[in-house]
Amino acid sequence: MTDSPIDATELRRRTSELLAAQPPATTDRLDFLKARFDAGLAWVHYPEGLGGLGAPRSLQAVVDAELEAAGAPDNDPRRIGIGLGMAAPTILRHGTEEQKRRFLRPLWTGEEVWCQLFSEPGAGSDLAALGTRAVRDDGGTSRSSAAESGGCWVVNGQKVWTSSAHLARWAILIARTDPDVPKHQGITYFLCDMTDPGVEVRPLRQITGEAEFNEVFLTDVRIPDSRRLGGIGDGWRVAQTTLNNERVAIGGMRLPREGGMIGPVVRTWRERPELRTHDLHQRLLKLWVEAEVARLTGERLRQQLVAGQPGPEGSGMKLAFARLNQEISGLEVELRGEEGLLYDDWTMRRPELVDFTGRDAGYRYLRSKGNSIEGGTSEVLLNIVAERVLGLPAEPRTDKDVAWKDLAK
Amino acid sequence: MTDLLYSEEEEALRAAVRGLLTDHCAPAGVIARTESDAPHDLALWKSLTEGMGLAGLLVPEERGGQGATHREAAVVLEELGRAVAPVPYLTSAVVATEALLACADEETAGLTADLASGRRIGALAVGLHTAPGGTFRAVRVEDGRLHGELTGIADAAVADVLLVPAEDGGLYAVEADAVAVTPRVSLDLTRPVATVALEGAAGRRLGDAEPAVRRALRAGAGLLASEQLGLAEQALTETVRYLKERKQFNRPVGGFQALKHRLAQLWLQVVNLRAAARSAADALARGEGVDVAVAVAQAYAAPVAVHAAEEALQLHGGIGMTWEHPVHLHLKRAKADSLAYGTAGAHREELAALVDLQAP
Repeated sequence: MTDSPIDATELRRRTSELLAAQPPATTDRLDFLKARFDAGLAWVHYPEGLGGLGAPRSLQAVVDAELEAAGAPDNDPRRIGIGLGMAAPTILRHGTEEQKRRFLRPLWTGEEVWCQLFSEPGAGSDLAALGTRAVRDDGGTSRSSAAESGGCWVVNGQKVWTSSAHLARWAILIARTDPDVPKHQGITYFLCDMTDPGVEVRPLRQITGEAEFNEVFLTDVRIPDSRRLGGIGDGWRVAQTTLNNERVAIGGMRLPREGGMIGPVVRTWRERPELRTHDLHQRLLKLWVEAEVARLTGERLRQQLVAGQPGPEGSGMKLAFARLNQEISGLEVELRGEEGLLYDDWTMRRPELVDFTGRDAGYRYLRSKGNSIEGGTSEVLLNIVAERVLGLPAEPRTDKDVAWKDLAK
Repeated sequence: MTDLLYSEEEEALRAAVRGLLTDHCAPAGVIARTESDAPHDLALWKSLTEGMGLAGLLVPEERGGQGATHREAAVVLEELGRAVAPVPYLTSAVVATEALLACADEETAGLTADLASGRRIGALAVGLHTAPGGTFRAVRVEDGRLHGELTGIADAAVADVLLVPAEDGGLYAVEADAVAVTPRVSLDLTRPVATVALEGAAGRRLGDAEPAVRRALRAGAGLLASEQLGLAEQALTETVRYLKERKQFNRPVGGFQALKHRLAQLWLQVVNLRAAARSAADALARGEGVDVAVAVAQAYAAPVAVHAAEEALQLHGGIGMTWEHPVHLHLKRAKADSLAYGTAGAHREELAALVDLQAP
């Protein structure tokens, strides 16, 4: 290893080296991505040997810009968002060395897509009430193998709102391993093989007509103990890493002015003067200002992170983003007048990518309704802000010191 | 690139101003002063200016100031807004000073340095409600003397010199003792407005009124957002503190979810306002993207500051309705601020032109 400090200059040097050794024009896409990972240029803030160089996160932009300019392929981050945004930080923080080495590379290259088996029909905002059971089986059955030498877990239950389950090779899963203790204490976190014969994925059609989500039924799914992430009964704490990253991922995208949901509506406004009314004009200007201010707030949050002064502001980004998306897309349906009565296509489809600002105004309006539900409802997030940021008293709880099995179901 | 954070120096400045205001600008004193003969606190003004040199932040060192920027002045205004301090900082050290800086150095040299030192107080004789792009009244010029009446002039009662736009297109410096200043009973007693009557007053022409007034009002509008931020943040902080303490139904009122959600929403607005206000201050400091950044900040700030003060009053319950409790200082300042340098609506109208979102 060289002793050079990892600064922008050094990263540019290493990026040039990678490009020289693996010219994008003549290198297979996957080979290039693997080489990029091994050079530590995948996510520079990750440790050496795991796709990074232990460099400041802010320097990733330097590498990305160089590679983009050289026409290098990327890992199609939108297709593997759950892996990159949620599974990876959780594995990095709580995984064993073996788990990190096994999973992070194919996760980052996109060879292995990940999904998230958290929510259940009976456990939405109250995620810790989940009832999917994982029972330890210390071997002896016909299906046991060398891989299960540490014993394995047998999982039964139902998960819901799982995006990418039909594409995923792996899942992050939380399940109840001890029903006799209060609900937060009896949960364990696993890495679940989606090709196990006990995993059944069914599409869940939503109000937009398509099915980006799934229901996942788990029947006697066997997970080796080596695929447990963190301690037995420690799953709730491990899951906080995942959930905190989910909220950042949903609310934290960097946008130019008029990026995001406001973009399509202002384009329509400029191109279609015949649609304009005074009422819509006033509402559009208000929303334009709010969208711009939300963008500045996101930018300020990123500057705080780069400067190493993370603040509580992140908790609010998703709230603002959800409300604005809903109001702006609602306005857009009205702006379109007679066309607002139409919808592009109700056909049941299985989109690989979800673009909140894609398709037509009707789709955007309907899809944005999910923004205040997915990844923590706005109501729960307001409680979190009130309690953790403002320090107001917590909600009265009747479930804290009661064994999970004794809770009202 | 826009820097939306506070530097260490800016945080040190904030701490110094807050320390001074904590010691010398307690709410009870401010309330008592509002009904006295001297609504402005000139002793506090002296500490802020002679003591700390804050009136000269926007003035280059070679013109007698501190050579700082709008970013630092914005931090001062956050703290003054938090305390609803009755000092003419925004009107003299920002708005009048910017008008002078727009004029030629040789015409304004002594006056600029006087305002920068805080020894003298200046007021731009343009109605406080006037938006940066709005029309403003000018006085007649006859035989080199100024004639006319100007209304809604903030902090005129305490000004030593008035900067008066005239019909010949000039901006004139007029000594306060050459005009009749009649204080009006004002909604915001901590920034009272007055009528200024000129009956053959002598004035010294400083330069062209139009660009000077535009520049002054633009800076005033942009930095007002920081005052509104400080005010809103204080209203939120004080309300949260009170609701943790106040008990009804045998529990802290702040534990009721209906109130928690309102306070969380308000917090979110204050967080957003901070980004908008820093964006405007930074744009003014760099001289880049000023018009949009200021219009965005003002279109957003006023409703948030008013909402914060109104929520503070409602959530304090009966005590918030009393003259004794300081929440009305915040409410009156916030509501008056919502008119100052153009309403949110006026700034949205301006944005419509700036960002090409034309009316039907």
